[in-house]
Amino acid sequence: MTKVFTTFFEHLGQYASFLMSLFNRPERRSVFFKQTIHEINNIGIGSFGIVSLISIFTGAVSTIQIGVQLVGSLVPSHMLGAFVRDSNVLEFSPTITCLVLAGKVGSNIASEIGTMKVTEQIDALEIMGINSVNYLALPKIIAGIISIPLLVTYSMLLSIFGGAISGEMSDLITLDSYIKGLRTSFIPFTIYFAIIKATVFAFLITSISAFEGYRTEGGALEVGQSSTKAVLYSAVAVIIFDYIISNTFIDQLSV
Amino acid sequence: MIELVHISKSFGDKTVLDDISASFYKGKTNFIIGASGGGKSVMMKCMVGLMEVDKGQILYGGTDFVSLSYNERKTIRQQIGMLFQGTALFDSLSVEDNVAFPLRMFTKMSPEEVKERVNFCLQRVNLVNVNSLFPSNISGGMKKRVGIARAIALNPKYLFCDEPNSGLDPVTSRVIDELIKEITIEYDITTIINTHDMKSLFEMGDNIIFIYQGKKIWEGEKSEIRQSGNKQLLEFMKASEF
Repeated sequence: MTKVFTTFFEHLGQYASFLMSLFNRPERRSVFFKQTIHEINNIGIGSFGIVSLISIFTGAVSTIQIGVQLVGSLVPSHMLGAFVRDSNVLEFSPTITCLVLAGKVGSNIASEIGTMKVTEQIDALEIMGINSVNYLALPKIIAGIISIPLLVTYSMLLSIFGGAISGEMSDLITLDSYIKGLRTSFIPFTIYFAIIKATVFAFLITSISAFEGYRTEGGALEVGQSSTKAVLYSAVAVIIFDYIISNTFIDQLSV
Repeated sequence: MIELVHISKSFGDKTVLDDISASFYKGKTNFIIGASGGGKSVMMKCMVGLMEVDKGQILYGGTDFVSLSYNERKTIRQQIGMLFQGTALFDSLSVEDNVAFPLRMFTKMSPEEVKERVNFCLQRVNLVNVNSLFPSNISGGMKKRVGIARAIALNPKYLFCDEPNSGLDPVTSRVIDELIKEITIEYDITTIINTHDMKSLFEMGDNIIFIYQGKKIWEGEKSEIRQSGNKQLLEFMKASEF
């Protein structure tokens, strides 16, 4: 047990040190900007399809699941729209989208940096006098922080849209009633809350994955292991911080 | 010129470099030879700053590299070119972008000047019409040549080559050897080659350092090896069929 704690804190210390070195000795701004744009394309545009797919279906499923519970109850039927809106905006869109991105983006970052590590490409950068952490990891983190909240915002809209289609198709709610529900008891802060969560999750996913990639030693097998660890640790961090953030903003979310 | 002054390096209880002093001369091909696991790669990594020595000095033209801060080391690092065993070309960049990389990072050259310099370096290593290819599309020998082109792009004063012939056929291996030798003389640079390829050593070695179990056992010129009388060195040569 003691060993587990020691390893955990050792790991945490290395992660903190990694984060510190991100901001040391920045490289050329023009090169850095170009790298960041390239990463936004990879992370943001590259994840557009999968985010669209999961968002529509998350909205559709949540409408059916909640709608079925409301049939025959005293709750007015239009409230289904409000429930679908809140469950998707507060939880499903930021958390599920980020858990999926932890798999897609996280494994990609860890395996890319891990492969560069084991094939001495990172050594080549260091010998040239380039801060490889700053050059490779920081653009990915900034790109994640820019594009993941945008993807989550897009996901919120799409899941609500998916909910509307699903409600109509399953005859659980009419479109007018659904829209009426969307306008009921709306707290604008929920949108900010979702974006705050997405920003924190984006930082966790990209930084943890880059860190795991950097820790890779060995060969192809270890690159695969780093990739798995990156996804696992990112997903665990997302869930833990989901609770911490929800608990922190609990008062602002009350009606 | 590079001088090592009493450098030592340990990993836990295991001493990998034990009080090594050596000199590497300008305009010469300086060889570090020895068996696998003998400390050659660690020594080279310490010299280029990828690892820190526990004690001792590494002097680049009289400046102690060990005592410099990260930013102060940058100046020396930009005078170093390195050819890696696995070439370490950037997978995501084309051949042209690989060679242009240090130029774009460290010079204020215009895109036209960068292109001109890249073409010059690629022609120098006898590569033409490969600019747009990616490392995965070229052969091992070509990768080594691109690695050399990238290493010389900034006109380095020091060229480090880690096992330059590994994985190459004898003909390509000889081409790479000749190229390294030509570049060393042409640009009057200090070249350090880490290898256990005795054929390369006898073809182009000027100054030779033999490392055995973390210690420098012998230093001299290739013509002196057979008369060295050093048991380990002669055994190493015998095992290499020389």
